[in-house]
Amino acid sequence: MTTSPSPGALATRGPHAFGRALRALFARPGSAIGTSLVAGFLLLAAVGPLIAPYGANEQVFAEARQPPSLARPFGTDHLGRDVFSRVLLGARDIVSVAGLGSLVAVVLGAAAGLLTSYLGGLVEELTFRFFDALLAMPALLLALLLLGMLGPSRANVLIVLTLAYVPIVARVVRSVVLDVKSKDYVAAARMQGEPLPAVLLRDVLPAVLPALAVEAALRFSYAIFLVASLGFLGAGVQPPSPDWGLMIREARTFASLTPWALAAPAVAISVLVVAVNLMAEGLARALQVTRGVR
Amino acid sequence: MAYGPGAGVLALRDVDLDVAPGTAVGLVGESGSGKSTLALAALRFLPGDGRVVRGRVELGGVALDGLSSAALRDLWRRRVRLVPQDPLASLNPSLTVGRQVAEGLAGDPAGRDGEGTAGASPRGDRARDAVRALLASVGLADAARVAASYPHQLSGGMQQRVAIAMALGGAPELLVMDEPTTNLDVTTEATVLDLVRDLRERHGTAVLYVSHSLAVVARTCDRVAVLYAGELVEDAPVAELYRRPLHPYTRGLLDSLPRVGQDRRAEPLRPIEGRIPEAHARPPGCVFADRCPVAIERCHAERPALDDAAPGRRVRCHRWPEIAAGTLDPRRPAEPPARAHDALAPDGDAPALSVRSLSKRYPLARGAWAALRRRPARAVRALEDASLEVWRGRTLGLVGESGSGKSTLARCVVGLTVPTAGEVALAGARLAPRLEHRYRARLGELQMVFQNSGEALNPYLTVGESLARPLRRLAGARSGGEIEARVRSLLEAVHLPAAFAARVPGELSGGEQQRVAIARALATEPCVLVFDESVSGLDVSVQAGILDLLTRLQDERHGAYAFISHDLAVVAYLADDIAVMHLGRVVESGPASAVLRPPYHPYTEALLSAVPTLDPDGQAERVRLTGDAPSPVDLPPGCPFHTRCPRSLGELCEREAPPWRRDASGKTVACHIPLEELVTAQVPLFADAGDAGAGPAAEGAAP
Repeated sequence: MTTSPSPGALATRGPHAFGRALRALFARPGSAIGTSLVAGFLLLAAVGPLIAPYGANEQVFAEARQPPSLARPFGTDHLGRDVFSRVLLGARDIVSVAGLGSLVAVVLGAAAGLLTSYLGGLVEELTFRFFDALLAMPALLLALLLLGMLGPSRANVLIVLTLAYVPIVARVVRSVVLDVKSKDYVAAARMQGEPLPAVLLRDVLPAVLPALAVEAALRFSYAIFLVASLGFLGAGVQPPSPDWGLMIREARTFASLTPWALAAPAVAISVLVVAVNLMAEGLARALQVTRGVR
Repeated sequence: MAYGPGAGVLALRDVDLDVAPGTAVGLVGESGSGKSTLALAALRFLPGDGRVVRGRVELGGVALDGLSSAALRDLWRRRVRLVPQDPLASLNPSLTVGRQVAEGLAGDPAGRDGEGTAGASPRGDRARDAVRALLASVGLADAARVAASYPHQLSGGMQQRVAIAMALGGAPELLVMDEPTTNLDVTTEATVLDLVRDLRERHGTAVLYVSHSLAVVARTCDRVAVLYAGELVEDAPVAELYRRPLHPYTRGLLDSLPRVGQDRRAEPLRPIEGRIPEAHARPPGCVFADRCPVAIERCHAERPALDDAAPGRRVRCHRWPEIAAGTLDPRRPAEPPARAHDALAPDGDAPALSVRSLSKRYPLARGAWAALRRRPARAVRALEDASLEVWRGRTLGLVGESGSGKSTLARCVVGLTVPTAGEVALAGARLAPRLEHRYRARLGELQMVFQNSGEALNPYLTVGESLARPLRRLAGARSGGEIEARVRSLLEAVHLPAAFAARVPGELSGGEQQRVAIARALATEPCVLVFDESVSGLDVSVQAGILDLLTRLQDERHGAYAFISHDLAVVAYLADDIAVMHLGRVVESGPASAVLRPPYHPYTEALLSAVPTLDPDGQAERVRLTGDAPSPVDLPPGCPFHTRCPRSLGELCEREAPPWRRDASGKTVACHIPLEELVTAQVPLFADAGDAGAGPAAEGAAP
C-alpha cells in the first residue's frame, strides 16, 4: 500500500521551504493581513525612534489635551505628550519585552519538553508535575505574585514571562515527542549508534518544529497581552516609559478629557494581538498543526 | 445488476460487472486500482466529493441512480449492506452490540421499535431474540453475552462477525464486503471466510467481495474480477482464472504470490515491475502497457476493448487470443536462477544469533491497596522462555498469530526492549540487554527492518542523508566522496536508481521506502538482519520484488536473517528454518521442510490449514480453531494451547506443561502427544511441501 507524500513533511523540508511557507501564509486573506500587520509593527518597533516627531517624555504644556490633528495624529495627553510618538516608541518596548520573553520561554520549554519527554521515567514525571503546579495558577496571578516579590522591572517581567510560558510550551512539545519517539525511524537511529543529541536534534526536533512555530506565535500574542496587563496594573514597566498598558492606566483617569490618549494604545494592543493570532492561525494551517485550546 | 460508473478524476473507467443472487464475485487489485471506489459506487454510497459521471447501477433490474436520499436510505436498510474493513471503527463504541444489531433489523417492526428500549417491552423481547438468533447464525456461541457487550470487549474476529451479523440483519439482496479479513489473524480469517461461504449458500445473498488477496478470493468466491488502474481487465470463474489467466496483469499477480513449497532459488517469484499509473495520468493505450512484459506498439497506442474470450470470461487485452492459444507466454522472463546455495561452514560452530530463554513480562498497574498488602503484581507475559538460533546464510522464519510475541522477541533481540530474563548472543558473544549499553562497534552487526515502511525513514532527511548516517557513524566512512559512492552502491544493491538519494521519503512509494530501509540496514554490512513484518503492508507485486531481493542479498552476503511474518506462505517461501510461536512461547521449530510436514504441533496444524491457497479445490481437511486465545495475563496452567486445541488430551494437557519432543528430521515440538501418534493422525497439508527449502544446506547446517 503506497503512502502518499505528506504535504506537512514536504512543507518543512527542502531549499524552498521558507518561500513555500511564506506563500502558504499569504494564500488566505486572514493570515495575509495578520502577517502583514505583524511585519508592520515589527518595522515600527525598529524604526520608531527615527520617525517619531516628538520624544516619549517631551512635554509641551501649552499643547496639552489636544485632540487628534494633522500635526498631532493621535492628539496629546494631559501632560502635553504626543500620543502618536509615545505609541510609536512604546511599540519597541512591548515587542521587545514580549518577543524576548516568549523566545526564551519557547527555547527553554522546547529543550525541557524535548529532553524529559524523550527520556521519560521519573525525570519526566517530576518535571511535568512541577509544570502542572505552575499551570494551576493563572499566568496573570503568577506574574503579579512574582513581581510583588521581585519588584517591578523590565528584567523581572522577562523572568515572569518565561516562568509562565515554559510549562505551556513544554506540554505542546511533549505531545509531539510522545508520538514521534515510538516511530520506527527513531528506533532505527538508535540502532545505528546515533548519540542522544543527534537523535533529539535530527530525528525528534524536526517533527516538533511546526507545532513549536505555531506555539511561539501564540505565546507572543499572549505575552503582549500579559505585558500590557502588567503595565496597566502598575506591576510591570514603570512610568514614565511609553508602555502601552501603562499609557492606558495613566489616560484612564482622564478618559473623558482625552479619550484619544486612551484609545490609541488600546487599539494598538488589540490590533497587534489579533494580527499575531491571525498569523498563528495561518501558520498552523500552512504547517498542518492542530491548534490547542490554550 | 450492472454498473458502469466513472467518477471525479476518473477513479473508475467503463467497469461492467454483474453479481447473480447466491454467488460471490471477488474484486481484486493492487492498492490504487479503484476496488473500494467500485464497491462504494455499487452501494451509491460515494464520499462527498465522488460523483458518478456516466453509467448506472441496477439492483434486481431497477436502476438505483436518481433515487432520492430517503429512497437510498431505505435501500441501505433493506436491500444492500456493507461489511467494512475495520469493524471496531464502524461499530459505535458507546452502544452495546445487541442494540446496534437490533438497529440493523430491517423490515422487522419489532426491531425498529425495539430501538432504545430493547429488552423492556414485549416487542423488545422479540427484537432481542432476533438479535441473538442472528449472532448465533454467524457462529458467535455465547450470543447473549456478546449482545450485552460493548465492541471493545470483543476480539477482532468477533467484532467482524458482529459486523457481518449487522449486515445480515437486513436480509440484504447484496452484501458488499470491503477487505473484511485483512486485519484479522490467519486463523480467525479462515473461520470468517468459512462463514461467508456458508451464509451465501444458506441465504442466497449476492456477495461482492473486495480483497487485495487472490488467495482469499479463491476461497470465498465463484468469480473473480481483476481491477487495474480503475479498469476491469479480466473477469472469469475462479478456477479458470487461476489455472489459465488470460491477462498479463493477472498472470503477474499470480506469479507474485509465493506458494507453500516453492523453492525460492530454483523458482523465484516474478514481481510486476513499475507502478500503477495515477488516476490523472493514465496512458492513452492499455493502462497496463507500461508494466506489461509482452506489450507491443499497439498496446501503447490503442485502448483494448473488454472482449468475451469464452462464455463467462472477459478480458481487456490486445494479445489475449495468442495467450489463450498458448503461443505467447505473458510472463516476464525469469531471472537466471540464483547460483547454487553453498552450505557455509558455521563460524566457529556458533550460530550468528542465539536467543536463550528470553522472557518479557509487562507488569500491570496494581491498585494502592494491593501494593500495600504486597500482593505480587500481575504481568502480561509477552514472551516466555523463548530460545532460537539463526545461522549464517540461512533464514529463520518466525510465525504466529498477533499477540504471540514475535515482535517482542525481535525488539528484545535488537535491544529496543529490555527483556525480563534470558540472553541474546551474537556469534557466541553475549550482548547487553539494553541497546544503549551495547558496544557501538558491534551495533552494525545486528540491524532490523521494520514493518511500517512509512515510519521507518525520517521524513525530514533525504534518502541519501538517511543512508549516510550509519555509514558515517558505524561503518567508518569519512570523506564526502566515499560516502556518496557507498550510498550509490547501496541504492544499486536494492535496485533503486542513484537519483533517489536526493528524494525525501514522502516522494517514494511504499515498496521504494522499504527498499531504502533495507539499504539502510545493509549499510553496516550486518551479519544478522531482523525483519519484523517487513513486507506485510505491501502489495503482492511489490512484496514479491522485495522477497526476491532478500534472497539475492542473502546469497551474496551470507547474512543470517530472522524473518517475522504472520503470513505463512511468505515465511514458507523464504525460510530455511521455521519457529512457530504461540502466546509468547515457541511451540515448534526446525528445518522448514520438516515443519511443513507432519507431525505438526496441533497449533501449527491449525495455522497451516488456515493459510488460504490459490487452488480452490485443493483445500484438504481443515482444522479450525474455535474461541479466542487465552489472555496472556491469566495463562491457564498446563499447555497454554489446551483451551483451543482440537487434539487436547484432556486432563494431562490442562495440568502439565508439555515436554519437548524431537524427531529424526531435526524438529522439536512441545506437545503431550507423542510425535508418532501425531504423524498417523494428521494429513500433510501441502502436497509438495516436502522439498521446501531443502537445498543442500538444509540438512547440513541444521542445528
